[in-house]
Amino acid sequence: MWQPDFLSSIWKRARQTARSIIGVPDYDAYLRHCHEHHSGQTPMSYAEFFAERQTARYKGTGGRCC
Amino acid sequence: MSKLLKKFFWLLVAALAASCLAVLALHRGETINAAWVIGATVAIQMIGYRFYSRYLADKVLGLDGSRATPAVLRNDGLDYVPTDRWVVFGHHFAAIAGAGPLVGPVLAAQMGYLPGLLWLLFGVVLAGAVQDFMMLFFSLRRGGGSLGEMIRHEIGPAAGTITLIGILMIMMILLAVLALVVVKALAISPWGTFTVAMTIPIALLMGIYIRYLRPGRVLEVSILGLVLLLLSIHFGGIVAANPDWAPLFTFDGKALAWMLIAYGFLASVLPVWLLLAPRDYLSTFLKLGTVLLLAVAVVIAMPQLHMPAVTQFIDGSGPVFAGSLFPFLFITIACGAVSGWHALVSSGTTPKLLANEADARMVGYGAMLMECFVAVTALIAACALQPGVYFAMNSPAAIIGSDVHQAAATISQWGFVITPEMLTQTADQIGETTILSRTGGAPTLAVGMAQILNQIFSGTGMLAFWYHYAILFEALFILTTVDAGTRIGRFLIQDLGGMVWAPLKRTDSWLANIFATGLCVSAWGYFLYQGVIDPLGGINTLWPLFGMANQMLAAIALTFATVCLVKMKRERFIWITLIPTIWLVICTLVTGWMKLFSEDVRIGFLAHARKFSEAIDSGTVLAPAKSLEEMHRVVQNDYVDATLTVILMALVISLLVLGLRAALKAYKSQTATAQETPYVAA
Repeated sequence: MWQPDFLSSIWKRARQTARSIIGVPDYDAYLRHCHEHHSGQTPMSYAEFFAERQTARYKGTGGRCC
Repeated sequence: MSKLLKKFFWLLVAALAASCLAVLALHRGETINAAWVIGATVAIQMIGYRFYSRYLADKVLGLDGSRATPAVLRNDGLDYVPTDRWVVFGHHFAAIAGAGPLVGPVLAAQMGYLPGLLWLLFGVVLAGAVQDFMMLFFSLRRGGGSLGEMIRHEIGPAAGTITLIGILMIMMILLAVLALVVVKALAISPWGTFTVAMTIPIALLMGIYIRYLRPGRVLEVSILGLVLLLLSIHFGGIVAANPDWAPLFTFDGKALAWMLIAYGFLASVLPVWLLLAPRDYLSTFLKLGTVLLLAVAVVIAMPQLHMPAVTQFIDGSGPVFAGSLFPFLFITIACGAVSGWHALVSSGTTPKLLANEADARMVGYGAMLMECFVAVTALIAACALQPGVYFAMNSPAAIIGSDVHQAAATISQWGFVITPEMLTQTADQIGETTILSRTGGAPTLAVGMAQILNQIFSGTGMLAFWYHYAILFEALFILTTVDAGTRIGRFLIQDLGGMVWAPLKRTDSWLANIFATGLCVSAWGYFLYQGVIDPLGGINTLWPLFGMANQMLAAIALTFATVCLVKMKRERFIWITLIPTIWLVICTLVTGWMKLFSEDVRIGFLAHARKFSEAIDSGTVLAPAKSLEEMHRVVQNDYVDATLTVILMALVISLLVLGLRAALKAYKSQTATAQETPYVAA
């Protein structure tokens, strides 16, 4: 059970959860999406992607509880 | 596992739930172990999840795993991203859990542990988790639409506008009451104030780090922030002990209120990456960590509860908040049992992430159960305190005075024996000068948490550290709600105001931006200031208003859910949403009515205004007002609160009427009229 790839998948998922909580989705999934659907354009770099998501999170009436 | 074995297992769980509840209800002794509370909670939640939520998923809503979700259909790698269900669960829980489930149960503890616990458990299984789950489902079937949009489409444009106005009003009251909790916790506390003030430079540093120095390194920057935070708690103790430094960080409530108002304004007009976002990261992670720490610590320590099961204050004479068990308990505890605010989260970012419709049950229903568990641990932390200490911290100075001897004598008279020495000693242990009248729930929870954590990780001076850690953690995420909420409120004002005067709608215009932010800050700032100068401590007035508004939003969401069930031609199941709707409508309207017309000056706004008006006529000044001018202000505040109550009641009643009309129309129709997006196979 405690194989390196098992631990790394746990770590990956924890990291993904932590980022999702602050409104930053999976960057790899974004790259995959760009590759599959917009292969002509250059995707944003991780820094650009992060900055874009950061601004988007506080743009509108996003929900969060008391 | 064989079928028989499974049946036997669930029989055991049911027996556990029944026996824990029986022990809690029938126990007549000095103290009782928290294990019974935890046992009842876990068993009832397991049964609720396994049987009721499954019934909702399979029979009532008909969750369809083969149907493509908005995340799959509109996948753009940014807003709509199909995501692993455990990740979505974490995302959703982090968005719904906040200060609400921690503060409400602490305040409700004045009636004993039993009323609050029963409402939390039955409320969450039959109302709160049902609402969250169903709103998530309806949003999934409507392209991830928000509550306002969905109500506009299914009930009508007027209903949509009513919902938006309701959301804005709840927002303002919520921000005021949360800011008040912070003010109460930080007033005349240099240690607390220093630590919380330090979070601003820490956030600025984090903002620059994550934007420019090491872009997007969330883990690094969070660790950096956490270390700096812990250091500032440590230095806070040194500052508080230093006679030169301490006065620089010692402020009264009024000064803190103005600082918060200025902070809220600045934080929401500055670029988000500089202050708002990094604070949000820090407080969100700290919140999750601490909530888990509290839950684990309570389970490990299993403290004894000193609070009686039911106190004499169920009759409405309690010092913490005025009002009898019905209806006030049911609006005092909102988050944890049922919270309308969650309807916004469930129709916000979460539906844009779910990869499979069938996961809505685990995320929507399951995350709410977890929030309820957090609320139960907060209740335990408050009830584990000596009741005398609890009442000393939560009663306003107008009732118990500001001197330990007088306070101890008053509280002992109520039947909760406490000596002045015990009160001074507790204050010493946590590194504060006094614990009297530290209302608002946060300090009480901090002392309770500190004592529980101290049972596990003990050491000299650790109690003071844990106390200030708990204060910091609450203040930090409440302040994050204040700045993010001000920003959301600003957009709502621009949205609604834009209907009246178009230029206001332009979110890129600096003038519109500053104007709407200013309006938003003044709205909640007004109520905050009013709360700070309130003789009965403000929490008394504002928390019921907030609870009422929040439960009204839940009533609106559940009304919408009922209309949707009729439109789906599933009328035979409407009792599922109708019963909680009716219950919440009764609770909130009765509360509203009592806040308006109760003869008791502690409850009724109009009776209170009358008392002060009569005093003005005869030329006498009533405490806490110091002049006739202040007397006039008290009367004016009462009328503002009364007007607000009337508006909230009118909003709910008109939405009910509109909902009923839409439901009747759909009932007469031969076919389903719900406006779901067409089926597409995943």
